[in-house]
Amino acid sequence: MITALLLFWPALAALLVLLIKGEGAKKVAFIATLVEFAIALFATVNFVPDATTQFALDMPWVERAGIGFSIGMDGISLLMVLLTTFLVPLIVLSSFKHDYKNPHVFYALVLFMQTGLIGVFVAMDAFLFYFFWEVALIPIYFIAAIWGGAHRIPVTFKFFVYTIFGSLFMLAAFIYLYFQTAGTELAAHSSNVNAFYQLTMDSATQSWIFWFLFLAFAIKMPVFPFHTWQPDTYTESPTQATMLLAGIMLKMGIYGVIRWLLPVVPLGVSQWANTVLVLSIIGIIYGSIIAIRQHDLKRLIAYSSIAHVGLISAGIFTLNEQGLQGGMIQMLSHGINVVGLFFIIDIIFRRTNTREISNLGGITQTTPALSIMFLILLMGSVALPLTNGFIGEFLLLSGVFQYNYYFGAVAGLTIILAAVYMLRMFQGVMFGTKSEATEGFADLTFHEKAVLIPLVIMVFWIGLFPNTFLDISEPAVGQLLSIINR
Amino acid sequence: MISIILLSGFGIINLFVGFLKSKRILLPLSLLFLAIVFGINLLDWNDTQSYINNMITIDNFAVAFTGIMVLSTLLILPFTQHYITRNDENIGELYALILFSLVGAIMMVSYNNMLMLFIGIEILSIAMYVLAGSDKRSMRSAEAALKYFLMGSFFTGVMLFGIVMVYGATGTFNISEIASSAEAMGTGGVNNVMFMLGVLIIIIGISFKISAAPFHFWTPDVYEGTPTVWTAYMSTVVKTAGVAAFYKLMDAAFAASYPGWMPTLVAIIVLSLLIGNVGAVVQQSMKRMLAYSSISHAGYLLMTLLAFNEFSTSAILFYSFAYSLASITAFGVLQLVARQRGSENYEAFNGLGKTNPLLAFSVTVAMMSLGGIPLTAGFFGKFFVFSALIENPDMMWLIVVAVILAAVGIYYYFRVVIAMYLHPVAEGHTAIKTTSFINAMLIIITALTILLGIAPALLSGVL
Repeated sequence: MITALLLFWPALAALLVLLIKGEGAKKVAFIATLVEFAIALFATVNFVPDATTQFALDMPWVERAGIGFSIGMDGISLLMVLLTTFLVPLIVLSSFKHDYKNPHVFYALVLFMQTGLIGVFVAMDAFLFYFFWEVALIPIYFIAAIWGGAHRIPVTFKFFVYTIFGSLFMLAAFIYLYFQTAGTELAAHSSNVNAFYQLTMDSATQSWIFWFLFLAFAIKMPVFPFHTWQPDTYTESPTQATMLLAGIMLKMGIYGVIRWLLPVVPLGVSQWANTVLVLSIIGIIYGSIIAIRQHDLKRLIAYSSIAHVGLISAGIFTLNEQGLQGGMIQMLSHGINVVGLFFIIDIIFRRTNTREISNLGGITQTTPALSIMFLILLMGSVALPLTNGFIGEFLLLSGVFQYNYYFGAVAGLTIILAAVYMLRMFQGVMFGTKSEATEGFADLTFHEKAVLIPLVIMVFWIGLFPNTFLDISEPAVGQLLSIINR
Repeated sequence: MISIILLSGFGIINLFVGFLKSKRILLPLSLLFLAIVFGINLLDWNDTQSYINNMITIDNFAVAFTGIMVLSTLLILPFTQHYITRNDENIGELYALILFSLVGAIMMVSYNNMLMLFIGIEILSIAMYVLAGSDKRSMRSAEAALKYFLMGSFFTGVMLFGIVMVYGATGTFNISEIASSAEAMGTGGVNNVMFMLGVLIIIIGISFKISAAPFHFWTPDVYEGTPTVWTAYMSTVVKTAGVAAFYKLMDAAFAASYPGWMPTLVAIIVLSLLIGNVGAVVQQSMKRMLAYSSISHAGYLLMTLLAFNEFSTSAILFYSFAYSLASITAFGVLQLVARQRGSENYEAFNGLGKTNPLLAFSVTVAMMSLGGIPLTAGFFGKFFVFSALIENPDMMWLIVVAVILAAVGIYYYFRVVIAMYLHPVAEGHTAIKTTSFINAMLIIITALTILLGIAPALLSGVL
């Protein structure tokens, strides 16, 4: 029941927000997302940390065909739901000083998207998963395309067609898998996740299904070389859309790999894991090097995101516990850090009207609070010990090392390269002499602090007590591994 | 059967009502007639009966398809309101013709005999030739009617030729007797040249009627020239009837000869998908885009003919209805926009999201449905079609082709959405005038599309 509430509450709130014209919309939206977070916390408190799917709800959807409206949460889902419900209120709050035209539509779309995201993470039926996967895409397309920057129309259009292209392959693969399943007395086949896990197919079949599914997930993450939509889309979208895309939506792809790819076609994975690891590691190096060369802050973070996701995808395809658990914790960390960094860039942009590093400088002189928060989030991104990034990257890298020393060595460069582009950015933006643009740069306002402080707390929380989160997903990850290695 | 008789009678009544001085009553009267037929049609559910020496069989298949065709007509007719308000001359004929053409459509989904199929197609087509040319002052409309008529009669002739050859090989017009005599020939009659030639020629004839490539070349011109309301009818009811008739023929008469006609059908499907989707990309006119998209949808619908399983009929039914709903909105709004802004190009839709939020929203839902995006009926349409086919493992490659081209489809459908929401209103363009009746219809169609997108079992379970 809690899962259904989590799922439908944002959609209901979206309808409510649509009715409110003007400025009231953002307040109602914020309260609605806080309520959603409270529900998620309630679920977490009542969650028994074992491998079962909890708070499950299983209703027939297309009964004759064995397609169910099955939702529920195990540890993996719960962590993703927590991340979503934690970030969305902050994303809404971060927009309080923006004057978007038609705010009621904007916030309704954000809330509607939250339903799609939660749906992806709690769906326990393949077609339901696909359904929410696309449902999440439609609002973010409109948010980015309506409220975005100057080149928004072609850029977001590319993003939209590109991702749909990928997901149609996923649909085809799901339909094929569905016809391989054994049915129940009601229907000849079933699209439930457990029915998919019980499939045994020869490795040639698994091999092409792997690529059908991987294409969809790789485009969403995005893994090199499917990333070309990402930097432009991140740059052109309004900041809130970028946060949603980078902070949460990207995790849909990783989550999809963990839930719907690794356990379903393990033979296909073992055939292609090397290829994926190589692609991911290329992505790490490629993203980092391009990030070093960027002048635009938003593009820099966009490319750094490719590098970070590359490491996560490399980690989870190693198929060992460190890799997978590292991927889980790093998804949380990356979501938190990237949302914080995009918000800080937005703060800088709104005060100076520029995102060019060369036009900025000397901001630290007037802004102690901003400088500290920026530095903490940055260190989280660079994976300094005591911060959240360290835990994730450490586990991921140790996973990759176990898989293959050479891969581990190359992937390990990410820490050095991240330090290079992040510190270069921080130096250019915050230190040095004041430029024309940064003259009279004001420190954080109350709203901005209200967004950044929770993020900073989480950076340390995950950095110091990662077990709070690792314990939630550990049994589920263990079970997943036993399914993969059966 | 009662629905066929009733519709013929109602058509004649409409003709006479057309003589009245005030023709206002024509539209509500026609809607009432259709509502009556819709209700009476449902009485035949689960009550299979054969009529006229077993030439027509009203079974659940026929009832379901009759239902969605009558419903589609019911939803299209409100968009003829401007005929009434302008008090055009001779519109009684149009309302009579539309009812007559439905008689043909119903015969096409309930025939049990090749002759009835032929007569049904002719009744439907002749009415459509006239409707295509019903805008007598427009050259385009006259051109469309002439093209449609010449090509249409030619292909009907071709089809009749095919029917005769099949008759020559089997000695019967009855589709189940054809099936048994084909089986008697061994290997489904694949080696009997006259029989197979007849089957292939019939396939070509019907492919023309549902505008499947490579027999599609009339479609863009005829769709463009025909008054938009009747284009909507053409691309919904005519296509639904054609595909249902096609399926019934292949399933009941030629299923055993599958290896003989499968390659031809696969070629038709691939070409339809390819020409339809690629052709639509380069169009500047939304009406021509919809014409090409209708070719591609013929391709998707025909995919169900490659697998006769428990999903096939449901897939056709669902897909046809989803496609019809979306097409009605698309053509209906296009008509309103084109009439006021004088252009059928994408640019005419610029800024519609601001000036007419309701129209823009319904068109968005319609485009998403045509593109097959979840939350809309079109998604489950595609889903059921792919499901019907995927059990046939030899056809995986065809699904891949269809999937790639479906993504192409998103591209041109979303051009309309982009025009409506992301481009500013052109100078001097004001809100499109609509009537509350049309608005109500759009709301109903949009609600139905979303409802079927969330709860597909409402329709997918009936057959």
